[in-house]
Amino acid sequence: MINILDLSLVNWSRAQFALTAMYHWLFVPLTLGLSIIIAIMETYYYHTKDHKWKQITQFWMKLFGINFAIGVATGLILEFEFGTNWSNYSWFVGDIFGAPLAIEGILAFFMETTFIAVMFFGWNKVSKGFHLTSTWLVALGSNLSAVWILIANAWMQDPIGMTFNPDTARNEMTDFWAIVFSPTAINKIFHTSLSSYILAAIFVMGISAWFLLKNREHLLAKRSIKIASIFGLVVTLLTISTGDKSSRVVAKTQPMKFAAMEAHFKGDNSVGLRPFAILSDTKAAIQDSTINSIMWEIKIPYMLSFLTNYDFNSYIPGIDDLVYGNESKGILSVNEKIDRGYEAQRLLRDYQIAKKNNLAKAAQIRKKFEDKEWLQTHYSYFGYGSYYNTDKEQQVKNGLAVIPPIPITFYAFHIMVLLGFWFLLLFIFAYWLAYKDKLEKNKLFLYASLWSIPLVYLASETGWIVNEVGRQPWIIQDLMTNSQAVTHIDTTSVITTFILFAVVFTTLLIAEISILVKQIHLGSNLLPIKKKGN
Amino acid sequence: MFEQLSYQALQQYWWFIVSLVGALLVFLLFVQGGQTLLWTLGKTPTERSLLINTFGRKWEFTFTTLVTFGGVFFASFPLFYSCSFGGAYWIWMIILFAFVIQAVSYEFRSKPKNALGQKTYDGMLFFNGLVSSLLLGVVVSTFFMGANFSTNNMNYVTWDSPFHGLEAILDWRNVCLGLSVFFLARLLGLQYIMNSIKHEVLMRRAKKETLYNTIPFLIFFVTYVIVLLLKDGYSYNEVGDISLEHFKYLQNFIAMPYITILFILGIILVLTGTIKAILKANSLSIWFSGIGTILTVLSLLLIAGYNHTAFYPSLTSPQSSLTIVKACSSRFTLITMGYASLFVPIVIAYIFYTWRLINTEKITEKELEDTDHNPY
Repeated sequence: MINILDLSLVNWSRAQFALTAMYHWLFVPLTLGLSIIIAIMETYYYHTKDHKWKQITQFWMKLFGINFAIGVATGLILEFEFGTNWSNYSWFVGDIFGAPLAIEGILAFFMETTFIAVMFFGWNKVSKGFHLTSTWLVALGSNLSAVWILIANAWMQDPIGMTFNPDTARNEMTDFWAIVFSPTAINKIFHTSLSSYILAAIFVMGISAWFLLKNREHLLAKRSIKIASIFGLVVTLLTISTGDKSSRVVAKTQPMKFAAMEAHFKGDNSVGLRPFAILSDTKAAIQDSTINSIMWEIKIPYMLSFLTNYDFNSYIPGIDDLVYGNESKGILSVNEKIDRGYEAQRLLRDYQIAKKNNLAKAAQIRKKFEDKEWLQTHYSYFGYGSYYNTDKEQQVKNGLAVIPPIPITFYAFHIMVLLGFWFLLLFIFAYWLAYKDKLEKNKLFLYASLWSIPLVYLASETGWIVNEVGRQPWIIQDLMTNSQAVTHIDTTSVITTFILFAVVFTTLLIAEISILVKQIHLGSNLLPIKKKGN
Repeated sequence: MFEQLSYQALQQYWWFIVSLVGALLVFLLFVQGGQTLLWTLGKTPTERSLLINTFGRKWEFTFTTLVTFGGVFFASFPLFYSCSFGGAYWIWMIILFAFVIQAVSYEFRSKPKNALGQKTYDGMLFFNGLVSSLLLGVVVSTFFMGANFSTNNMNYVTWDSPFHGLEAILDWRNVCLGLSVFFLARLLGLQYIMNSIKHEVLMRRAKKETLYNTIPFLIFFVTYVIVLLLKDGYSYNEVGDISLEHFKYLQNFIAMPYITILFILGIILVLTGTIKAILKANSLSIWFSGIGTILTVLSLLLIAGYNHTAFYPSLTSPQSSLTIVKACSSRFTLITMGYASLFVPIVIAYIFYTWRLINTEKITEKELEDTDHNPY
């Protein structure tokens, strides 16, 4: 029955990675942000010696612990999936990609887990100062952990700091710091971490609002909202600013993703920005330029050109330029890139053969792979080579595969951005109400905060959808496609593990939400819950 | 400083680091071993709760070490990573699955409204304890007994068995090491209990259990060592050609006497610790057995990769066998990662320090009632 679905091995492998990554990301941002909020609360306790602050800290810590456990459970699988499901990728770039993962383990993950033990079990065993330090180290460790993973992800989007070695047939690292400090990495680190703090702030604010709606836990709720609103306001502003920078970097390094995010079909000068739009049949629009791709829109003239290049009249390449090329703007067509990528792939194969029977030829080819200019003009399109076809018409058709799914990318991007501005308003409102001490009275705010909890999760997940769907079909931008990277095992095995993880993660999620809701209902007074065996 | 090392020395250094993390992982499986003793030792809910709370404070270390082991292996020997994880898909997936359900079980088991009920979570802990220790042992054994794969000239891997890793269980020798690790984990778990719980009845049972688990451990482990010493292995020459060598591992022990000494010392320490545990339920026995385990596993893994030995022999295509030369990262990466590895002692130091802080007093029934401790 499963075979009737007729999805290929690549698609199932992608589905499994997407499933596990999206589940993992349900828990990670809360860990990242809540660890900081808890540390701030405990700092208040440390300074004021007010026992209430300790209870407030412990309440949120309890929720943190429940979320953390399922976060690590879902994260484990991701690290190993690069090997289990994307083994060719693991070899092709393992020399570079493995390093951040290893460093994450050594530098960050141990810090997080070691001090979590102190945070939960050390209240009466270590000094107050050491406990507070541990709580901050948990926040630092979890955030550092995210930093290294984000560096790894950024490198896939913007591969730099390496060179290709034809002998081992893989990319090898040449500049570690270039990888760590690439503009893509820096923006990704800040944008992703800061947006996670928004999620935690909304989580804290929403639950506190629920307490106020139920007329309970006034002190906990008001103190928590105060901290969450200030924290949230600051990080939302920073998230918007890093988001702006991120999209400018994407426009440069991944123009196709950028065009998809903006549904920008035809390259033009003075391009307007669409905060709202409904797309029509985008696939048809790509193949036939007379079809209008936008059904309805609100457009701010000149704005996209300005935001991208600080120039109201600047040119922004559209999907048509990127597919069919635009000589006047120096943009190569996909077809040309396929030919060049194929040439690089062919030379690599020739090299492997020549090494065995024709050393002179091998030396000659090797020179090519050391020639910087050739690497730039040909090797940098290595991945495109897999769309090569002797029938040139078919090759042009194959080339359309480098366009990511536009509607998903476009809508995900717009949902994320609009929600970001909604949270900004909400935090301003919250701070103002807290300042005037009118939190309890404003039912509208309380409900808005509560209902923003699902919205903030949506915003967080859509961010990753933009990032990952928008770069399809590349696992490493321009160098390797998903199909080249996938492990060759039988599809049934992947389908089986997909179902296994879908069932287990869903069950655990249900259990987690059920436990969280119960703990929230119990509130802080009864904290922590006494337990005696069965 | 790492720049001065030759490429060969860097490969050896990284094989040592990987082996060390692997050895630490096997030691930390005491948590898994402990989880399989939940019902054997704990006859009342309070006793079980004591056990859970003892191991529940340490599960993260095993988990984190597993993640680090994966990361370090990926960074330093990426060909092994792509070969074994992608090829032996199912055995790794089952191991990972066993760890996935462990992480939540501690946290969720005693919380109200946990959807599945405490018994299910305790069952998942048992499953994790049994399956992960057994299968990790099986996987380690394939470093000696080999696996079914071939690599092409682009270093892309093909797995030559339709069972995708599960075929390793069909080789009794792999199972033999798997069971050794399983019983060793239980021995370590028992000795950890002696070290950190204050409870007379539990101590009495733990003593008896230690004896029961020592016997099968010794049988399986000694059998495995004999098989290993009599086994042929693959060695490689300067240009990377693989050839069969009789009694390869025995020869390695002879060629590298310092590793042999570590190995023997390790076994002596494990036996000393275990005997102390059987006789007196001694608090300190875990130190002997723990350090002994680390030394034994470390030396076994070093034997697998040093002295021109293929550390991941291929049964279907001997020339495809992985060696530390063939599978390793570039020189630049090994140097860069070398600097990262300097943090390992710092990490071990703070783990040791906080561990002591948390474990200064033994866990008692009374502590579980203390509301500040967030018991499981």
